Amino acid sequence: MNTALSWIKAYVPDLEVSAQEYTDAMTLSGSKVEGYQCLDNNLEKIVVGQITKIERHPDADKLIVCQVDIGARSVQIVTGAPNVKEGDKVPVVLDGGKVAGGHDGGPLPEDGIRIKKGKLRGIESDGMMCSIEELGSSRDMYPEAPELGIYILPQDTPTGADAVEVLGLHDVVFEYEITSNRVDCYSVVGLAREAAATFRKEFHPPVVTETGNEENIRDYLSVEVEDTQLCPRYCARMVKNIKLAPSPEWMQRRLAASGIRPINNLVDITNYVMEEYGQPMHAYDYDLIGGHKIVVKCAKDGDEFQTLDGQIRKLDSTVLMINDGEKEVGIAGIMGGENSKITDDVKTMVFEAACFDGTNIRLSSKKVGLRTDASGKFEKGLDPNNAKEAINRACQLVEELGAGEVVGGILDIYPRKRQPVRVKFDADKINCLLGTEIDAAEMKQYFQMLELGFDEEAQEVIVPTFRQDLNCLADLAEEVARFFGYDNIPTTLPSGEATTGKLSYKLRIEEVACEVAEFSGFSQSMTYSFESPKVFDRLMLPEDDKLRQAVTILNPLGEDFSIMRTSPLNGLLTSLSTNYNRRNKNAKLYELANIYLPKSLPLTELPDERMQFTLGMYGEGDFYTMKGVVEELFDKLGMTKKVHYDPSCGRPYLHPGRRADIVYEKQAVGYLGELHPEVADTYKIGERTYVAVLDMPAVIPFADFDRKYTGIAKYPAVTRDISMVAPKEILVGQIEDILTQRGGKMLESYQLFDIYEGSQILSGYKSVAYSITFRAKDHTLTDDEVNAIMKKILNGLQGMGIELRA
Amino acid sequence: MKEKLEQIKAEALRQIEASDALEKLNDIRVAYLGKKGQLTSVLKSMKDVAPEDRPKVGQMVNDARALIEARLEETKAALAKRAREEQLKREVIDVTLPAKKANLGHSHPNMVALREVERIFVGMGYEVVEGPEVEYQDYNFTKLNIPPNHPARDEQDTFFINPEVCLRSQTSPVQARTMEQGKLPIRMIAPGRVFRSDEVDATHSPSFHQVEGLVIDKHITFADLKGTLAEFAREMFGEETKVKFRPHHFPFTEPSAEVDVSCFKCGGKGCRFCKGSGWIEILGCGMVHPHVLEMCGINPEEYTGFAFGVGLERIALLKYEIDDMRLLYENDIRFLKQF
Repeated sequence: MNTALSWIKAYVPDLEVSAQEYTDAMTLSGSKVEGYQCLDNNLEKIVVGQITKIERHPDADKLIVCQVDIGARSVQIVTGAPNVKEGDKVPVVLDGGKVAGGHDGGPLPEDGIRIKKGKLRGIESDGMMCSIEELGSSRDMYPEAPELGIYILPQDTPTGADAVEVLGLHDVVFEYEITSNRVDCYSVVGLAREAAATFRKEFHPPVVTETGNEENIRDYLSVEVEDTQLCPRYCARMVKNIKLAPSPEWMQRRLAASGIRPINNLVDITNYVMEEYGQPMHAYDYDLIGGHKIVVKCAKDGDEFQTLDGQIRKLDSTVLMINDGEKEVGIAGIMGGENSKITDDVKTMVFEAACFDGTNIRLSSKKVGLRTDASGKFEKGLDPNNAKEAINRACQLVEELGAGEVVGGILDIYPRKRQPVRVKFDADKINCLLGTEIDAAEMKQYFQMLELGFDEEAQEVIVPTFRQDLNCLADLAEEVARFFGYDNIPTTLPSGEATTGKLSYKLRIEEVACEVAEFSGFSQSMTYSFESPKVFDRLMLPEDDKLRQAVTILNPLGEDFSIMRTSPLNGLLTSLSTNYNRRNKNAKLYELANIYLPKSLPLTELPDERMQFTLGMYGEGDFYTMKGVVEELFDKLGMTKKVHYDPSCGRPYLHPGRRADIVYEKQAVGYLGELHPEVADTYKIGERTYVAVLDMPAVIPFADFDRKYTGIAKYPAVTRDISMVAPKEILVGQIEDILTQRGGKMLESYQLFDIYEGSQILSGYKSVAYSITFRAKDHTLTDDEVNAIMKKILNGLQGMGIELRA
Repeated sequence: MKEKLEQIKAEALRQIEASDALEKLNDIRVAYLGKKGQLTSVLKSMKDVAPEDRPKVGQMVNDARALIEARLEETKAALAKRAREEQLKREVIDVTLPAKKANLGHSHPNMVALREVERIFVGMGYEVVEGPEVEYQDYNFTKLNIPPNHPARDEQDTFFINPEVCLRSQTSPVQARTMEQGKLPIRMIAPGRVFRSDEVDATHSPSFHQVEGLVIDKHITFADLKGTLAEFAREMFGEETKVKFRPHHFPFTEPSAEVDVSCFKCGGKGCRFCKGSGWIEILGCGMVHPHVLEMCGINPEEYTGFAFGVGLERIALLKYEIDDMRLLYENDIRFLKQF
């Protein structure tokens, strides 16, 4: 909402503040000023001049030489403007003065344009006559200004006067950010009320007087409202003998400052009242209203309607319409129809000021795909008690402006008058909530400034209907806080029972995961939770893969963001791809984020959100680097059991020979592997790419931050090296399983120190060598004991077709 | 005998003096003091000495031995010292050659900011909790005093899944979930992802992060809210930071406020960063609306509380002077490495 300070001052006449003071104070009392524009910015030494003589420039066809009377003296000005004639009064910027912009109306330079005395083609020019663009405005705001050329002032303008003043440019336009609860502040009257209270000045709202001739509107028109829920109030008044003309300058200036282009007196009046009272108005051509009857009722399913912007709108039975005796003439609260719009030939018109149900307007506006200034206001839920005042104000302006003859009487359908709300006042409770010690009398004074009533006997605040946001004591507390000043409320810290600050267990584990990843060289990435359904194909998931069952967004930003991810890979692979594309040699990334697995589709409950710890890399490192990170994490999480890797996991996005599920205590907790070369190609990553994914909800139950010290060994260890020849398809994991199972309590550790395939080894076999360490807690192991264990191990290995190597 | 001893001694000392390596000293030790060494053989030949002279000769032999040993030790120490010096000289390296780094990874700037926020509030006794990202509209809106068809439901540009479920547009539903659990008092923060249908550009992202805060207890006041957030701002942005509370509107708090902090780049003088105002808006907050307390099963006559919500990206962008939000989701390692 943009409003000129001069308009506010019209209702708060004692208000004398600088633009910055106004901005700060209004913002701190709750009417946030987003910014302001001083209309006289960079306008210096600009006066009203009268051209007394025009001569041709001796050396330039397109230039003329003007003698301009500026009151005290006369100056000579050379100009190329085509539109001036002797006797014209014009704005003149004097030598050393400033204008805001160039004559072309482009963006205004920050510091304006300094005007200096000089010579144009040898003839002295002492100043410049100004166009409206040079004065920092535009023809939109000053429609009377010529398209090209100097702005011509009215003949009765005093010569030598301040031209900026004459043009009403000594004004400031404030831009407000009004919160959605303060419907009343989407109006100049509402803002002026706030300004008066903020600066402790008197508030003088417009005085609306009785208007209308001896006739009665009932003799011309009837109004019928079928659904008074959707239309709690409908007011209509009429104007006949319309004389369309431009509206007066003061009205044009105020509208222009609010960003509304002046059109003619009638349009301007409706816009003016909408700004002033926040009440949208509509005008119908009376002669186009069939049956001279207005009926407010819902459309029928399948109806179509042409709005006055020429568009055809599809309707249904929930869209409230304004009908005449024969047809639909407007979509209630949104836009009138092409069929009844006011044209320049209008003779008699009907003003409408109604109150429609905000929710219905909001939904209708979405349905018909049209949001207007009016619908934007109705959506917020207007005060029906405002409608009559507004329509009478409009009629008053019609009379004042001589725009037509107002017909007496009003049609006002308002079956259930909205009554003020009463809120119990309790100063102690308000102070308790705010942490203040404000006097009850002071609070009541704030209420009074805001035009809230007070019932001393019942100790109740009587909230006028324009303040729909005040319903409970907390609301009153905010009013008190606003005018006491948020700044003046003390600062304390909560007292009371102490609480323990901590992270949830899940978050603690995630923190460890981040640490391990970062210590292992992986940097944290963040990617979107929604992605394209094409991801499933990119990851080569079969048609019937469960991961294709995804939660779909009804109103996505586009197909690429339309499903909630069921795999964390696409995000990370996309980021790796970005890095590869940007020629980063190595990239190691990780992400901790959810996937969303629906328990059923369509959803009957919230999906399972599973935190995934995802690692991805290309460049340095290989499969075993990835595996290392996984095991480091398990170590840190106290998961000391042996981790198993199951290569038969069948995950299609991974290299079939280089992939495994990560199995802990017989439960799959994640997977890792090299990205399938096809998938790497799809993501345009030209290097071997490795990924690992841990399903954190599966990992967390195994995590254990408890540590128990076990004594450092007192007795010596015995180490035996064995070298064996194993069939190629035997995994060292299987060998290690034998070592663990058969090594018993005495087995302390084992280490793979050689693995070899090639000459010297029969094809189809590989040589594997382990160093195995045994130790007893309570004595020095004898050779016999170790031999016995080794024998068990060797038997086990032989059972798998493994032979000891000589 | 004496001459012989003197001769041996002189010869030994000469050899010691002439030796330039530890091994040579060892050879000398063996040659003179060893079992078959010259001095030892003098001792062995004591039987040829007259018994009355033996103590004297013995003394002489021992003196010679002591002298040679002492000289050996001295020389050995000197040689060792020289050898060490030479070793040190030999081992000079170019300390300006590149370091061998472990190449640690880096936290995402959002996370760096979040850790900071968590540290501050955990220190003040807040528990860090979470809530679902795909959320019932009931929690995202209704229980936050935004009934069905309330215009505020449109304001947040929510992504919908079905008539009951949406992607949460704020972390505030965690407030309702926490209150419903009925464990009082409450001091919690809830960080997490939120979603709004904003097209991606330099200042918008359809997915971003918020941190919600909630305190419910007896006698919690707006003054407590001010004090808590002022403390937070000082910890987060520096001891000198000032805060400004401006009235605002949120359906689930009353009174509500927006909070500005004095610009941490210019200290409030006005700069490009704060667009000349000296202030930067960082969060929204307020006293929990009594209706919200009621809906979540808490008696508003007995308990009051405050809530606040901070945009994590906003803090990260401001604090680290990141000029384009898209950088946060591209994950270019050259970007991430800077945090």
